[in-house]
Amino acid sequence: MIESAVGNLAPISDAKIGCPSGLEPLVVSSLTEGADPSAFVKAQGGNGFSLELLVRGAKCGGCLARIEGKVRALPDVEDVRLNLTTGRLTVGWRGRALNPHAITQAVAGLGYGVAPFDADLKRSDDKKEARELLKCLAVAAFAAANVMLLSVSVWAGHGEMSQATRDLFHWLSGLIALPAAAYAGRPFFKSALNALRVGQVNMDVPISLGVTLACAMSIYETMKSGDHAFFDAAVMLLFFLLIGRYLDVTLRAKARAAAGDLMALRATAVTRMDADNIARSVPVREIVAGDRILLASGERAGVDLEIFRGQTLIDASLVTGESAPVEVALGGRIYSGSINLGPSVEARAIASADDSLLADIARLMEAGEQGRSTYRVLAERAARLYVPVVHTLAASCFLAWLFVFKGGFEVAAYNAIALLIITCPCALALAAPVVQIVAVGRMFKRHVLVKSGDALQRLAECDVVAMDKTGTLTLGRPVLVLAPEDKQTLAQAAMLARASRHPLSRALVNAVGAGPLAQDVVEEAGQGLQAVLEGVSVKLGSARFVGLDPKLREAQGLTHAEMWFKWGDEPPLRFLFEDQLRPDARAVIAGLHARGLEVELISGDRLPAVAAAANAAGITQFTAGMTPRQKTERIEALKAKGRRPLVLGDGLNDAAALTSGHASISPGSAADLSQNAADLVLQGDSLLPLLAAIDGSRAAKRRMLENFAFAALYNVVAVPIAFAGWVTPLVAALAMSGSSILVTLNALRTDPPFRAHKRRKDTATPQGQANHAGPAVVAR
Amino acid sequence: MDVLVYLIPAALGLGALGLAAFLWSLKSGQFDDPKGAAHRILLDESDKPLP
Repeated sequence: MIESAVGNLAPISDAKIGCPSGLEPLVVSSLTEGADPSAFVKAQGGNGFSLELLVRGAKCGGCLARIEGKVRALPDVEDVRLNLTTGRLTVGWRGRALNPHAITQAVAGLGYGVAPFDADLKRSDDKKEARELLKCLAVAAFAAANVMLLSVSVWAGHGEMSQATRDLFHWLSGLIALPAAAYAGRPFFKSALNALRVGQVNMDVPISLGVTLACAMSIYETMKSGDHAFFDAAVMLLFFLLIGRYLDVTLRAKARAAAGDLMALRATAVTRMDADNIARSVPVREIVAGDRILLASGERAGVDLEIFRGQTLIDASLVTGESAPVEVALGGRIYSGSINLGPSVEARAIASADDSLLADIARLMEAGEQGRSTYRVLAERAARLYVPVVHTLAASCFLAWLFVFKGGFEVAAYNAIALLIITCPCALALAAPVVQIVAVGRMFKRHVLVKSGDALQRLAECDVVAMDKTGTLTLGRPVLVLAPEDKQTLAQAAMLARASRHPLSRALVNAVGAGPLAQDVVEEAGQGLQAVLEGVSVKLGSARFVGLDPKLREAQGLTHAEMWFKWGDEPPLRFLFEDQLRPDARAVIAGLHARGLEVELISGDRLPAVAAAANAAGITQFTAGMTPRQKTERIEALKAKGRRPLVLGDGLNDAAALTSGHASISPGSAADLSQNAADLVLQGDSLLPLLAAIDGSRAAKRRMLENFAFAALYNVVAVPIAFAGWVTPLVAALAMSGSSILVTLNALRTDPPFRAHKRRKDTATPQGQANHAGPAVVAR
Repeated sequence: MDVLVYLIPAALGLGALGLAAFLWSLKSGQFDDPKGAAHRILLDESDKPLP
């Protein structure tokens, strides 16, 4: 049972290219340890079961057919459906005979990344809201089209159409427009009422007022068989505004769904020892404090643990930023996210809240969130300026016509309402959402996940970058940095290492590449591997395992992770591993400098390691040994100086700093808490999307400002026309649709790439940097 | 102008038909997987009814 929990994995990062179209699938490197799918099977009653999986790399009809066909061919499978848009594969089957592993293996065998998907982790509120808005949009579109049909006839037949026909057309328009406005206007009316109730004014107040008054005035005009009815303006207004609102909500829903996918994918299974001493694989959320957990060698802890049997070495880089392995003895704590490098241990799950480190981080995060909620997005700021100005103008227009020009109440009311209609914030309401959805879509293609719309604006304003080292500037996993010269030794060691899941073995295999596997390899958990090659006993493992004194290592002051290889009776040979800079780190730092951003390295790791990384990456400012609180204080100090820090971090220790930054980004390999706290998530191993994100956000901000400027200009022209009393329904229709279309077209405009000559230089550097980092480590 | 008696109801009726069709398709989940639906029509076996 235990074997099946850790042995059957569908590692996403090792996925071969699965799509026949030859496009590389989007790989999330953090998903190296897939969860046990059997923990996520749902019983459907009547002996039926279902499982939801997330499939990566499926892109076309060929993928669809291959995956569905292969899974359907499994025995007892009744229903298979792959949603190509969301990448979700739902499998339904009958009876207990089918092992869920067979399904993941079938999909993984085709070369796609696959991981169980915990549907419970996702919410569908956004989807419901988006659907509701889409219905309103459809009704508004129907009404706008049909009312326009009648209105255009009235305008075209001006002077020729008999009054009876015109009245009939106006009545028909009202019959369509009034119920439609009542239905499609609900989102705006509701929000306006909510705002008014708490004594605030938002953008929906002038919208609701404009629509209501337009309808009321048109009814009045129709009843007295007047010339002008604004029914078309009322529904067209709603139509344009609903487009903006719908885009806004879909963007939010999409961003949250993507973030939810990341979370759900990380749904890890934990091996729990039940009372009957049987190890069961269960989802993390079923674990309660006090449960006995078996943490296998090489496994990542899914919950916070306290060891009660055995002792081990853990890699806590995701938690504390410390890159060297840490020894944990009996009674010691292992935080969720740490990897067990030593032998398997038995531990008890603990509630995390009472712990000092995590509670401290939680408190700091709360403080950061409060600071952030005071941030006003551009559109809100525009609305604050817009609402009082427009209402004052309409009121003064009314008063001027009533008392100055002596036009009478009717004319004064007509002109004031016409002003409200024509200045209704169509362009303003479309200005931000269209730009955001276009920018976020473009960024997603470049492997940047944006979690909120205002994050783009905050990111564009940042002027200094504060980044973490371990896992952010570096890969956060061991890489072979020093090995015996002899190629044959390397190949022989790799033959053993291929049999193991231990992170160091994997690092060794990654360095050597594909090759044969030694037969009958025996793994002593946390100690090493043993096999017989060419009749000689061969060992690969810790210093103690090959018969060396582990004290020797401390005497040399080495902090690298190490493995020893022993061939028969020959003296053992050493392999050193170290967390290395991301291959494009130097290029990215140079790119940040080129964009006028200062870069500061704030790490929890030891000074020598931080200094070496900073040097290699080209960062001059760095601080080491920072606790989560100190990190946050450093960010707050920057903010106090009037700077706007962009925080980059991946570990639990960065989560608080991430929330207090002006904007924050975490790599895809980051801890759950940090990904939740960050505004943007970079997918894949590369840091280069960071530059794309900054460029994209700056371009988006420019587009938005242009759109706001245009909306303002439009009003500057429209208001005098309305003031003069020249607005007819035809003028209003032309002005409103024209401005909305212009704003949308501007949002779709692409930006020229960031100064091309600099970009060429950026991409040229990684080679040199990689060479530089290697020897620097070997020399020490 | 008598022709309006037929034309206007016809125009509105067709529009309402379109609206009803859209709302129905939205409700029956036809917009849940636009990408998959586009490719599914190319699959050979999908001209048989789904199991």
